[in-house]
Amino acid sequence: MDLSYGPEYEAFREEVRSFIETNRDRAPRPRTGLRAPETLAWQKLLIENGYAARTIPEEYGGYGAEPDILKSRIIAEEFARANVSSGLGGQGISMLVPTLLEMGTEEQKREFIRPTLHGEMIWCQGYSEPGAGSDLASLRTSAVLDGDEWVVNGSKIWTSTAHLADWIFCLVRTEPEAPKHQGISFLLFRMDTPGIEVRPLVDMTGVANFNETFFTDVRVPKHQIVGARGQGWMVANSILGNERDSLGNPDATLSRLNGLVELMKQETVNGHRAIDDPVLRDRLMQIQGRVMALRCNDLRVLSARLNQADARLARMVVKLQGTELRHELEGLAIDVMGEIGLAYQDNPYLRDQGSWQHQYMFFLGLIIGGGTSQIQKNIISERGLGMPKEPKYEKGQFAKAAG
Amino acid sequence: MEFGLSEEQTLLADSINRFLDEASSLDRVRQFVTAPETDVWSGLVELGVPGILVSEANGGLSMTALDAVIVAEALGSHTAPAPFLGSAVMAPVALQAAAKNPGDLLAALVAGEHRVGIAVGEAFAARVDAGITASSGRLSGKALFVLDYGADSYLVADGNANLYLVAADAKGLESRPLTTIDRTRRTGELVLKGVAAERVSDDPAVLRKALDYGRVILAADTLGAAQNMLDQAVAYANEREQFNRPIGSFQAVKHMCAEMAAHLEPCRALIWYAAHALDELPDEATLYASHTKAHLAEVGKFVAKTATEVHGGMGFTDLLGLHYWFKRIGFNRQMLGTPELLRDDAARVQGLVA
Ligand SMILES: Cc1cc2nc3c(=O)[nH]c(=O)nc-3n(C[C@H](O)[C@H](O)[C@H](O)COP(=O)(O)OP(=O)(O)OC[C@H]3O[C@@H](n4cnc5c(N)ncnc54)[C@H](O)[C@@H]3O)c2cc1C
Repeated sequence: MDLSYGPEYEAFREEVRSFIETNRDRAPRPRTGLRAPETLAWQKLLIENGYAARTIPEEYGGYGAEPDILKSRIIAEEFARANVSSGLGGQGISMLVPTLLEMGTEEQKREFIRPTLHGEMIWCQGYSEPGAGSDLASLRTSAVLDGDEWVVNGSKIWTSTAHLADWIFCLVRTEPEAPKHQGISFLLFRMDTPGIEVRPLVDMTGVANFNETFFTDVRVPKHQIVGARGQGWMVANSILGNERDSLGNPDATLSRLNGLVELMKQETVNGHRAIDDPVLRDRLMQIQGRVMALRCNDLRVLSARLNQADARLARMVVKLQGTELRHELEGLAIDVMGEIGLAYQDNPYLRDQGSWQHQYMFFLGLIIGGGTSQIQKNIISERGLGMPKEPKYEKGQFAKAAG
Repeated sequence: MEFGLSEEQTLLADSINRFLDEASSLDRVRQFVTAPETDVWSGLVELGVPGILVSEANGGLSMTALDAVIVAEALGSHTAPAPFLGSAVMAPVALQAAAKNPGDLLAALVAGEHRVGIAVGEAFAARVDAGITASSGRLSGKALFVLDYGADSYLVADGNANLYLVAADAKGLESRPLTTIDRTRRTGELVLKGVAAERVSDDPAVLRKALDYGRVILAADTLGAAQNMLDQAVAYANEREQFNRPIGSFQAVKHMCAEMAAHLEPCRALIWYAAHALDELPDEATLYASHTKAHLAEVGKFVAKTATEVHGGMGFTDLLGLHYWFKRIGFNRQMLGTPELLRDDAARVQGLVA
């Protein structure tokens, strides 16, 4: 057991800290637009200094450092502690770039990675369809080769940021005769290609952040495919792992917990602070205990990556436990506020810009998105505990329940 | 940076588990219930277990709290009847924190020649008419649910968090065993009437430290017991068939198992950290000890119930013996502080209680 990172790393931590102190005024404030000049300038500065895109080769627009898990961790810790933007995220950077690095052609890497990292090329993820959610592999959007072009027809749903995106990475069915997992391909195409229509879907928070996306004879150059034809399922799965790792991150939950403690010191009912109510305080402490468990779990997962130890199950539970806990934490804040917990948007009694109400709902979205909690439990029981898979059923075996 | 068990610690876990597989098999546990003497403890003494937390200067092994946690987890996993908590953990920790070693007691503990029971519950949660008072070196009052009952002496706390040692055969001490749901642990009652006692400490930090250790150890015992219950539930669900399929292929059953694993797996890292804090991070030790025990009490309770349900009617029988684990987990939850008390404690050490 050794929790110290060692002198080399402590020196590195100092470097990161002094960078943040010197430059923090240049960082974009929360909710600055994705294309705002200060957002792009900050991203460029972070990459130049190795605090974003750290291990991505220079030739593709990254900083080009040797992979070093601890240094990456220190960067994340220090930016979180200082509450300063750690640069752009989004599905392009967190999902597509790692996939291209692993599966893309040299040309694709050169064309897409640099502008994506620099925030000049915004992506959306076109996976889910009206008929294919948890059972993603049953997707039906088709692509048929016509000369040098794929012709795409069908529709996607829940496509986050499709209305802002320049490009989409999209799963389509290219071999309709093959078994469902073997007939899928992974295409990249521009969102301004003729035949694409994006219709906003307002989510429960009142914002239209995801969309329905329709494709009618959308023509995509043949070479804009990642991996071989029919290999799209494998390509996509290498990204889903990355996505799950970033959902339910315990460091972010810890900073929300600290915020909740502050809120409970401020809010009063009948002149008594919420923190002095033994029932509310006990609920706070219950959540704190669970946050501590997940943070320790995270440390274990990190250490296992460093030392090639096995922490498979520990990693597998993070999305389920992290998102459920976060939802509960945000919900406690709402209970703490009583009626004020209902305030929304322009209500003058709003606390913390309404972030508690917003995050409470937003995290319900994350419980569902990226593989629902039930799907996580299937994965944990089948792959983690070695329990039997669901029996397969033939189409039409079940009659619909009488309505 | 390495957050996990070292190779030696993995070997330690293996050797304790191997020993307990035999010495504390379910059959042996059942025997203990009717005749509460087994060779479990003497075997553990031979393996050096009581010396883990005793310094080399005092004749022990100078090992870490994490090593003690590894043993506790194995004991919980086997529902092993052994006076580990008192004689190998809380007594040595208290004595050494107070720099006291009357009559070379530590050496006798390490050699397994002496056992110390723990009677400190009244210092933080006195029930009914229990409570200990001291007057000119003599103790009076009642201590309930004394841990590791049947010992040679008892570590007793009075209402001011002072600690004393009382010999089991001291004049004015009456004692009797108390039956609890958990027959793998011995508990009892002490009634003291002006009993002469050896003062161990008048520093509340000493009791605090002994409690922090004791709580982490009970949490680790729960981890071991709950992991065992989960493993049994998964094995049973994969084996047992209903409706022409293994019940483990029913999602209702599978998801019960997934939920148990999802709650339990992070507990392992939490306990490692809490143990590490006991040795190396004094500022965090109490916070982690309280939270860890409270959290394991909740997760343990959930696993104990759910794993039993997965077994259907079998889970409810004495024949299967699953109830030994269920009760062990229940015992750990109530002893040395219930979850509500511990969470209040955690809030206090963070300055959150006005
Ligand atoms: C905020 C948000 C953002 C999203 N962003 C994107 C995006 O950018 N791109 C994209 O492609 N998709 C996106 N999604 C879609 C998301 O991945 C799907 O919603 C998710 O996979 C669930 O699919 P579904 O909505 O069709 O629900 P369904 O699959 O129909 O599930 C409905 C219910 O049935 C349960 N269920 C289904 N199958 C099983 C099973 N085998 N066992 C047990 N229970 C089961 C589910 O757990 C759920 O409770 C987003 C979703 C949300 C909420």
